[in-house]
Amino acid sequence: MSTDGQGSSHWFDDEAGPVVRPYAMTRGRTTSAVQHRLDLIALVVAEPHADEAEADPSLSPEHVHIVDLCREAPQSVAELSAGLDLPIGVVRVLVGDLVDTEYVHVNRPVPPAELVDVSILRDVINGLRAL
Amino acid sequence: MILGRPERGKPPVEPVTLKILVAGGFGVGKTTLVGAVSEIRPLRTEEYLTEAGRPIDDLTGVERKHTTTVAMDFGRITLREDLVLYLFGTPGQERFWFMWDELSEGALGAVVLADTRRLEDCFAAVDYFERRDIPFLIGVNCFEGADRYPVADVRGALDLDDDIPVILCDARDRRSVRDVLVGVVQHAMDYGTERRQTVTT
Repeated sequence: MSTDGQGSSHWFDDEAGPVVRPYAMTRGRTTSAVQHRLDLIALVVAEPHADEAEADPSLSPEHVHIVDLCREAPQSVAELSAGLDLPIGVVRVLVGDLVDTEYVHVNRPVPPAELVDVSILRDVINGLRAL
Repeated sequence: MILGRPERGKPPVEPVTLKILVAGGFGVGKTTLVGAVSEIRPLRTEEYLTEAGRPIDDLTGVERKHTTTVAMDFGRITLREDLVLYLFGTPGQERFWFMWDELSEGALGAVVLADTRRLEDCFAAVDYFERRDIPFLIGVNCFEGADRYPVADVRGALDLDDDIPVILCDARDRRSVRDVLVGVVQHAMDYGTERRQTVTT
């Protein structure tokens, strides 16, 4: 990258836009088999052998990054998207790959039918009041 | 719901997750509200609006533009080790309705944040949640310098049903926002009870 001092007409860093087009990381795929399960608040949980992901040549650096974040604590799809600075759709595909290769599993959020479950709602109210 | 798996050693806690939406016009304080109660600085997640994702979108005048970014700010509240609530600020522009559909799927309820100086900005959100049967309440963000109106006036101006709560709040204040969220869940509870009664009678 040029640093000739006449930088005003050049874009640097974030202003230059992504170096790699986002969906290149998914090799152009925009869907995956498990995608229908991946709500924004679905939690991605690392499996016990997830530490092997780093040495897996079939995974991209982004895959490994996701596994690393999830090994610290379960992460929602939204949090992964923010943490990796990648669009939600890209994260969904990458997580789908990791589910297929069994490095992570996904916990679905409370299904809409159970949202009327009074005991869950009461727990939420009690939790909020304790804030 | 599976909570943790029987594995050797200490099984990690796998919390149940829930979400509440925060809607309202541009600049009404959605991200401020999320930030007031979130345990993390509000994060931003993005999605591209592509050709495939614009069935209800009017791109008149910007036909050449093939992708647009929709940004949503969100926060997290760990209520208990095994219970986590996410708050999502909905994208402000109406042309991003398709994101709302995804966001509102499985949502516990919603806050429609209103500014009395431009109440009309929240009409679209009120309309949306009414049509989708999503329990919501109106949080009137009491900006400094804005005239205070009685709750009844706000209710009238928005043509709300009597059972929809209207709460005056300060989106910057943690306790105030907490009360708004408790109000949403309480309303969702009443709403659920009501619906069960209609089904059984």
